[in-house]
Amino acid sequence: MKNTPSLDDQIEMYRRMILVRRLEERLGALSKEGRTRGPIHRCDGQEAVGIGATAMLTDADYLTSTHRGHAHYIGKGVDVYGITAEILGRSTGLCGGRAGHMLIADAARGMIGGNAIVGAGIPAAAGMALSNQILGNGRVAMCIFGDGAAQTGIWHETMNMAALWKLPVVFVLEHNQFGLTVHSDRQGPVADLSIRAKGYAMPAEIVDGNDAVAVYRATAAMVDRARRGEGPGMIEAKTYRWEGFSTSDMGGYQKPEDIAAWKARDPIEIARAALLPAVGADRLDEIDAAATAEVEQAAERALADPFPEFEPCAFTAAYSEVL
Amino acid sequence: MAMMRYAEALNLALREEMTRDPSVFLMGEDIGTYGGVFKVSRGLMEEFGEGRVRDTPISEQAMTAMAVTAAMTGTRPVLEIMYADFLPLSLDALINQASIYEYIWNGQVQMPFVLRTQGGGGAGAGAQHSKALDALVAHVPGLQVVAPVTPSDARGLLKSAIRDPRPVIFLEHKLLYNTRGEVDTGAEDLVPIGKARIARAGSDVSILATSKMVIEAEKAADLLAQDGISAEVIDLRSLRPLDVATIQLSVAKTNRAVVVNEGWRFCGYASEIAATIMELCFDDLDAPVERVTLPDMPVPYSEPLESAVLPNAQKICAAAKKTLA
Repeated sequence: MKNTPSLDDQIEMYRRMILVRRLEERLGALSKEGRTRGPIHRCDGQEAVGIGATAMLTDADYLTSTHRGHAHYIGKGVDVYGITAEILGRSTGLCGGRAGHMLIADAARGMIGGNAIVGAGIPAAAGMALSNQILGNGRVAMCIFGDGAAQTGIWHETMNMAALWKLPVVFVLEHNQFGLTVHSDRQGPVADLSIRAKGYAMPAEIVDGNDAVAVYRATAAMVDRARRGEGPGMIEAKTYRWEGFSTSDMGGYQKPEDIAAWKARDPIEIARAALLPAVGADRLDEIDAAATAEVEQAAERALADPFPEFEPCAFTAAYSEVL
Repeated sequence: MAMMRYAEALNLALREEMTRDPSVFLMGEDIGTYGGVFKVSRGLMEEFGEGRVRDTPISEQAMTAMAVTAAMTGTRPVLEIMYADFLPLSLDALINQASIYEYIWNGQVQMPFVLRTQGGGGAGAGAQHSKALDALVAHVPGLQVVAPVTPSDARGLLKSAIRDPRPVIFLEHKLLYNTRGEVDTGAEDLVPIGKARIARAGSDVSILATSKMVIEAEKAADLLAQDGISAEVIDLRSLRPLDVATIQLSVAKTNRAVVVNEGWRFCGYASEIAATIMELCFDDLDAPVERVTLPDMPVPYSEPLESAVLPNAQKICAAAKKTLA
């Protein structure tokens, strides 16, 4: 089938989903121990979207994310240790401890960046696509955003401009069914938010967001199209957020039967089942163990790293003498 | 040297910078085919094409956010927001996006974009098209804010702003576009961001003004001269970063200061300047610093109502005399 990821790509997606899952489990524990600051927004159960949608991008392509971006960071090839050190507030973090978990960027990987203003990553990607178009550099920009962000006005403004100008941007809606605590059916009158793409003459496809291969196939088609200069496209990946909004969420609004039903469709298990005949359990277990060890080593190393020292920057200089 | 209108000087700067650097592009409402509501981009779409001079839909939120990240990824956007009154629509992109990234991403990105807009009253445009919202943007660390009043400075500062690696908010005034002045077209004549201009030297009182208020301050200086008062008029020109040294030198000489800004008084731009003078020049001051601003109210429409609220030469004179009383 066209746009089917190679076996190596599928194995790598499997590995990355495990990296994300283990990283978030570790962060959850560290948060409970009070070793991270502020909330941590986990994407357990949604890994196939961030990993599958980004697997065909190159370092030169751009990605913008949300406050729930761990799978997006890992999908874009950002180093697990750099992410962990940043979230632990260490000087060795990707942003020197200045950004924290919601706002991580790694410009060398085109990951610019996390964004904790819901919806703001959407025009951010379109602006990068505008730059790509003007420079004619063949790069594509992608934004991954949630169903909550799909209710912002800026999404509509951006979809319109991107389609009008045929910008090389791909809109990936990671539909996890909740905007903070409120279910999407209480935030808008349509279940399939991608029908709105039709209003902007933009192609859209709905995919199973728990199947990384399905996400990859659909997204790759939109990325190719955008790269050819044929304009933007949209993917709506249906998934479900197992955990609460963040580590500070008191819960009580997600139905236990829904959580159970979606946990039965664990994206990692789906990927494993698909790979099993060709790769075998032993190899998959090795990959799993290596990814788990990588996260563990990253956390241990980062925990031993120094905290940054505050240095005045231009903004803090007296009377803004510099800037 | 050439005599030209303020709008023509801006147009010249855009043309020069677009010719010099192919990564410079323009976007905004009505700037392409029509050449801009104030005709600043007249002829540029014909010259540089629709790819680099883009008429946008009425989508200030998205276009501002897009300009920020386009700037982050290799181009130099010059965005026109038709009225400063529309800046509130752009504020997320400015306050939560553009102003933070260089710092929080530890220098991984820079954002060489310019947001041009125009504000101010006197044209009977009403409460949603007449405000000077300088304080709204000058408040934000990470944004630079300039407001030229002469055609020469308009060109020189716009060229500097376009070449600057960081965001610049470029404030124009609707009643300046048709004012005329000499522009040295034979030279680059870049005006550095962060330097004030002494519009008129004087010894009795310093009048520190912004944008069109510099013209009112110069008229006030003429009136004061008739009463034997020598006023120094300083065109702040760069609202942030502020040229503190020029202010200090002037106040040390005159021992009196009047700050003039067309924005609101409470938490206004004039208040920041007054506080800075109080902190840095307290021992030099012979009188409290006076502020001349818009009162804290919407700009009314009818001519006598609008004239009553806008700062002008007479109000500046009265404030100057108060410092000398």
